[in-house]
This record gives sequence, structure tokens and C-alpha cells, in this order.
Amino acid sequence: MGLDKLLGQDGFLTTTVESLLKWAQKSSVWPMPLGISCCAIEMMAFASPRFDVARFGSEVFRMTPRQSDLLIVAGTVTYKMAWVVRKIYDQMPDPKWVISMGVCASTGGMFRSYPVVQGIDQFLPVDAYVSGCPPRPEALIKALMIIQEKIEKKHKPILFNFGKNVSPTPKQEEYHTPMADIII
Amino acid sequence: MEEIFKTVETIAKTIAPSYEIVEFRGQYTLIVPVERLVDLMMELRDNPDTSFDMLVDVTAIDWLGKKRNRFEVVYFLYSLKHKARLRVKVPLPDNENPTCPTMVGVWESANWYERETYDMYGIKFEGHPDLRRFYMPEDFLDPATGEPLYPLRKDFPLMGIPGALPLPPYPERDGELQ
Repeated sequence: MGLDKLLGQDGFLTTTVESLLKWAQKSSVWPMPLGISCCAIEMMAFASPRFDVARFGSEVFRMTPRQSDLLIVAGTVTYKMAWVVRKIYDQMPDPKWVISMGVCASTGGMFRSYPVVQGIDQFLPVDAYVSGCPPRPEALIKALMIIQEKIEKKHKPILFNFGKNVSPTPKQEEYHTPMADIII
Repeated sequence: MEEIFKTVETIAKTIAPSYEIVEFRGQYTLIVPVERLVDLMMELRDNPDTSFDMLVDVTAIDWLGKKRNRFEVVYFLYSLKHKARLRVKVPLPDNENPTCPTMVGVWESANWYERETYDMYGIKFEGHPDLRRFYMPEDFLDPATGEPLYPLRKDFPLMGIPGALPLPPYPERDGELQ
């Protein structure tokens, strides 16, 4: 890392609170796994020691949306299920990010028929699309890295105003640019 | 023809004389009219020489524009005693409001299969204890006419009818709801 070298030299380092917060946030993205079909198997492999998402600080799969900041939609979303996905997304605290994993979640995939939503971006703001049927765990790791990059570069964390205790509710545009990152 | 299917033929002859039995690659299909269907099925189940005690599946076929009788209900039977399978096809005479007697009194498992067939094809099973939609939402209606939609009918468009299945609100794109 070089950090210990720097600390050994001077014993301290300077940074801004914002970049420190961003660093903390991007190194502990807690995913909410929404495995609704076979992509969930690859998502489990992504969390397992072989691919080891713990290297990126995301090994804590929270089984409740209220403790997560990343929603991984892994699977086919039907019109009936869309309401559930949206409800889970709405329960997640801001700031939050969404990965659309696999072609079914991204475009409907091979299920071009009446019950399947042709892409979850019809009702959710998506940050990263992962192609593949199912995608390899490496592709999902790449998506996570894109989310981390997005947190580092585009996201502005709300700094607490300790004196006045004002923390305005952030608007969604502050986090999500209209064009999502696309992985090929 | 195996012994069991000869018995099936004699049963059909006594109960539904206008029957037809078709053999294809060792699979037997019995085509019978809808009248006295329950009696025939009861006899197929209770006769010790046939003993079709298991209903494997109930489904339907939509022959839109191919046959005079548009809907055909298909029952798949299995005999645990004789290890034999039989397919029973029932053409329904009414093309507009297809109805068929329920088999719940014969096999208990017909309950959900008939609900599924009703959901997908709109075939009304008379006497069914709880004939509700199975997979699709209760209010799966055509937004223009208000008619119920049955997705596996041949005249149903593959991609569905826009507006029949609503999506959840998207406040990030459309603004907050009123």
C-alpha cells in the first residue's frame, strides 16, 4: 500500500473529511442479494472464497434491505415480482446503488414474452448492467469495482453539520447520472 | 394392444359410445365427448383392471382455426398398479364460453391443475370448489374492453397487451407521486 511507509516516516497524514468518507463508503459496500433465479448461483460464487469479494469489502451480504447500500438484482423480474423489487429498493437507505445482473434483469433476455419486464430500468435507476447468461463472478466483481469508482468520483457524501444538526434529504440526481455504466 | 387398454376400450364403449382410441409409439390416447365424462373417469379409476388412480396433469389445447371444436382439455392418467399411462382428450363443443365438468370429485389433485387451465385458457370447470386465477393477477383484464385475458390462447399477443400488467411507480424518473 505504501501507507505504512508514509506513516512510518511522518507518523501522520492529511486528507479531507469528504475523501475519507468516500474511502470508507467505497470499501464497505454492503450488498442486498436479490437472487430471483439462476444468476443467484453465480452471485453466491462471487461471495465465496474462490472469488472472494471480501477483498473489496463487500462480503457482508445483508439479508435485509435496511442495512444495505447495493442492490444486486440477479434474475428474471416478472411484472408480479417488479413490485417486490421496487419495495425492497424503496426500503434501502440513501445513498444506494443498483447492479442489474445478467441479461434477464437488464433486458428481459430470452424471456421475450408477456409476463417478464423487459429490463428493470423501467422502474429502477440502474448503475451497472452486467451482461451474460449467467455472468461470470469476475464480471460481477467488475461491476462492483465500477460502483466503487462511481462512489469515489461522482458521489458527494452529506457532511454532518454538528453545530446546526441540518442534514437535508439528498435528491436522487446527486447520485445517479442519467447514463449508467455499461459492462461489455 | 395391452390388456389394460382393451379394458379401457370396453369401458369407453359402454359409457361413451362415440369414443376413439389412438395408438402412437406405444402411447394410447382416448378421445371422448364431454357428456358423461365424470362417470367415465370414475370407472377408469375404480375398475380394478384399469385402476388409473393418479392424475398426472390437466391441460388444454387451443386449435384456433385448425379444428371445429376450438378447445380440447387433456388429462394425463397413470396407473400405479399396472404401471400404465393413458391420455384422455375431451373436445369442448362451445367455442365462445368453453365449459367442462370438474374432476375434483374423482382426483383431488385436479383442483390446482384446473385452476391453472382456467387461468391460461379461460375454460370454466363447472362445480370446481375454488375456481380462481392461479399465476396471473386477479385483475388481469384488457384495459380497453375490461374483458379478462387468457394468455395461452392463440389470439393473445406474445408480448401481452400494454397496460394490462402495471409496473410500480418510478419517482426518480417521473417525479414524486401526488
